[in-house]
Amino acid sequence: MDLMFYFFGGLAVLGALAVLVLRSPVYCALALVGSFFCLGVVYILLNSEFIAAVQVLVYAGAIMVLFLFVIMLLNVQAEARFPFTGRLPQITGLALAVSILTQLVGLFRSPLVGPKGVYPVERIAEEGSVEVVGQLLFTDYVLAFEVISILLLVAVVGAVVLAKRRVKSETGENA
Amino acid sequence: MIPLGHILILSGLLFSIGVAGVILRRNAIVVFLNIELMLNGVNLAFIGFATRMDSMVGVIFVFFVLVVAAAEAVVGLAIMLEIFRNKETLSVDEINLLKW
Repeated sequence: MDLMFYFFGGLAVLGALAVLVLRSPVYCALALVGSFFCLGVVYILLNSEFIAAVQVLVYAGAIMVLFLFVIMLLNVQAEARFPFTGRLPQITGLALAVSILTQLVGLFRSPLVGPKGVYPVERIAEEGSVEVVGQLLFTDYVLAFEVISILLLVAVVGAVVLAKRRVKSETGENA
Repeated sequence: MIPLGHILILSGLLFSIGVAGVILRRNAIVVFLNIELMLNGVNLAFIGFATRMDSMVGVIFVFFVLVVAAAEAVVGLAIMLEIFRNKETLSVDEINLLKW
């Protein structure tokens, strides 16, 4: 169990590094899909089967396919040169990322405090991961659930309006 | 039992690689991919805390993060399509209309 966590966690980091250094956007997107699959396995190891399934279906399946569609639609060329050169902003960017990592790792040393929740692993295993999430979504978090449905509607309408190909009308104005 | 610290270090690694990608890469779509990577790093931290604290709040939050990420990706890619139609490029160096 633990070994699998380190194996797939390492693979996820490798995929992330590939996204960072590969030049072709298509390769970047595919590396990210692999990274998301490995993260899905990690979620299963952490007893979150529902999130693992959603990760694979929505993230690796839907969102990344959308990205690949847009990359191929726009026929994006690979970046001409390797992204890291000795320019000052890029050195600063790398330094910023490393400093954020060291800050986070320092933070993680602090002990876990606060009261425990009412959903231990045994209860989730008994009631089922999806049932527990659904029960909570439609009782305690029903307002957030409704709001997020409006957000999705707005996003869909906005995307259609933005991406619609403008047809020139007879007067020459953009319709 | 995987120690919580190791889960969080993995999540921190993914987040930092995402930050580096957002700052270093010049292609707008790859910058977007790195933002998704950062969101996933945060999701992993939420899940790690949720399992170790016997709570479902983290899992619910990850669900909402997923939905917002999907909405953001859809709108962002539509904006990128429009930029590409107008400027014929996706390099963030050349998309500088708002630059003073």
